[in-house]
Amino acid sequence: MDKFRMMFQFLQSNQESFMNGICGIMALASAQMYSAFEFSCPCMPEYNYNYGIGLLIIPPIWFFLLGFVLNNNVSVLAEEWRRPTGSRSKDPTILRYMFCSITQRSLIAPAVWVSVTLMDGKSFLCAFSINLDIERFGNTSFVKGMSETEKIKLLARIPCKDLFEHPEIRMAASRYIKCISQACGWMFLLLMTFTAFLIRAIRPCFTQAAFLKTKYWSHYIDIERKIFDETCKEHAKSFAKVCIQQYFENISGEMRVLHHHHSNRDESDDEEDKRRSDEEKLLGIRAQDDMNKVLWNWHTCKPALALRKDQIAEENEGKMNGNLNGAVNGFIKGHAHQVEKKEWAVYYSKV
Amino acid sequence: MFPYFQSNSESISNGICIILALVSVKLYTSFDFNCPCLPQYNKLYSLGVMIVPPIILFFLGVLVNRHTGVMMDEWMRPMGNRSKNPSVVKYLFSAMLQRALLAPMVWILVTLLDGKIFICAFSVSVDPTIFSGTYISLPTAPPGLPNNTGLEVTRIMAKIPCKEDAIFRNSSFRKAVSRYVRCYSQAVGWSILLFLIVLGAMGRLIKPCFDDQATFLQTRYWSNYLDVEQKLFDETCVLHARDFARKCVVQFFEDMREDTILHLPFQPTIISVKDEWDDEDEDRLHGITKHDQVDQLLNKWYYNKPELDIYSPLPNKIGIPWPPRECTETIHTYIYIYIYI
Repeated sequence: MDKFRMMFQFLQSNQESFMNGICGIMALASAQMYSAFEFSCPCMPEYNYNYGIGLLIIPPIWFFLLGFVLNNNVSVLAEEWRRPTGSRSKDPTILRYMFCSITQRSLIAPAVWVSVTLMDGKSFLCAFSINLDIERFGNTSFVKGMSETEKIKLLARIPCKDLFEHPEIRMAASRYIKCISQACGWMFLLLMTFTAFLIRAIRPCFTQAAFLKTKYWSHYIDIERKIFDETCKEHAKSFAKVCIQQYFENISGEMRVLHHHHSNRDESDDEEDKRRSDEEKLLGIRAQDDMNKVLWNWHTCKPALALRKDQIAEENEGKMNGNLNGAVNGFIKGHAHQVEKKEWAVYYSKV
Repeated sequence: MFPYFQSNSESISNGICIILALVSVKLYTSFDFNCPCLPQYNKLYSLGVMIVPPIILFFLGVLVNRHTGVMMDEWMRPMGNRSKNPSVVKYLFSAMLQRALLAPMVWILVTLLDGKIFICAFSVSVDPTIFSGTYISLPTAPPGLPNNTGLEVTRIMAKIPCKEDAIFRNSSFRKAVSRYVRCYSQAVGWSILLFLIVLGAMGRLIKPCFDDQATFLQTRYWSNYLDVEQKLFDETCVLHARDFARKCVVQFFEDMREDTILHLPFQPTIISVKDEWDDEDEDRLHGITKHDQVDQLLNKWYYNKPELDIYSPLPNKIGIPWPPRECTETIHTYIYIYIYI
């Protein structure tokens, strides 16, 4: 039970920050990948534009889709969308909210790539060097005799330091284009930040109450799925443990005995507790078919969001009676209920 | 937090997978790529460098993955008491394959985005006339070579990946061709990346749309179960072996001590060690105390795995342990009767 509680608290407190962490890591990875990537403009009129703009657009698309692939909430969303209604009704606003939050997180890494690319300027230089009017940049007497195609070929070579023979003109032209590129970059950043600000600032003006409800239930769905997975893993572990134990015992032909009359020794108490907690973790599911049914019903017929009242009343009584009962059974029962009650309280307060 | 991650074998597999990918990148950056710059060998060398390390990394990924062993065990075992579920084997296989394919893909993509290998492989196939008229075009052939245009051009093109070669000293032709081929290489690399990520995103979004999501939950549970069971069995066997050994050694010493006491002129009371038979030791040995019992246990674990149906322990039982407890050195028989009231 202790382990459950610890894990539960860890999962709940870190779920949001885990996703934000992944988001931040991807943004850093995007910036790092840009600096590690060797940008090499082909410097040929037919390919320059495609290369330059391609490098501005395709990696952001890639990062956006990567955000979807790495985000676990995508599967949660898809499952919630496709599950049969069962005993639990479906709420489309929750799906929309989850989709929006996934999309928002996935947009950060592409925005970083686009900003870094624009600020650096190489991509614009490669794409738009052929549209320049080269006369503006200095002594361009060598252009005088050239045909149109030759002129374009010359302009296409501006991004390549080692292929263009007149360094001063090249520097002047590249400064010009970089300046335009940086202006675009800053405008882009300003636009993104302003949009984010508007969304954040204005949203509370509309449907705040419904928004709180949606946020709660989408968080609930996520954490429920995590806890279900954890419970299944714990169950599998206990199942395996008991299965192996019984297998050993079957081979030896000897049946185990519970050493209650040796209970004055501390170690055997621990053993008993361990065995009992293994039994408890099985939650009554002991056969392959039962487990298959549990897993099948979890998808096809999810339980209703309504916890049974009699359990709470029983716990309250147990708490009162636990102090009166001195017997072994009563102690254990009271102890277990105390633990359960604390878990319930923890859950409630986080809500 | 640490024990949580440690106990989760899936996170460990993911961690190993990512470490292999990083190793693959590091290997590429530290590898000294040496294009032979000869027409017959360029393509061979480049394709070799592009293909052989990924294959090695793939097999390494398969070896290092725990799921490989679990999958092979489950696939090859005889049916025994436990029915076999082919979808579990398929799930384990696909999980193992996905993880093992990451490092090779990273190598191939880094290769393509860097471009050196493409330049080495395909510089010979570039048509030099597209660069003509713009640069100081094809350099004059070094003296001594026959004036055969075809061979000359190929050999010159094959030398493009080598920066330090003398024939390119005064020309920018080499750089132009390199850029051209590198541009293609990067385009191919990004296309592959885009294709893979679209596949991944579609897989994530569309998978729950197929109606076997419930079956998928079952398959995932049982494959995790198999993994946990194998680990626990190995652990139990190790602990059992340790206790078996300890008990055997202790009994041997005690038997030696009893023998020496018996040979003394007067015989003091033999302190019986039977009362100190620890209950914990009992529990840990699970009643398996003989050589052939252990052999039978391990044999049966492979040929006849137990059913996935655990009965609940009864509160009142009479346990009669199987005598005798043997140690290879001495034979003593102890009979215990535990009666639980």
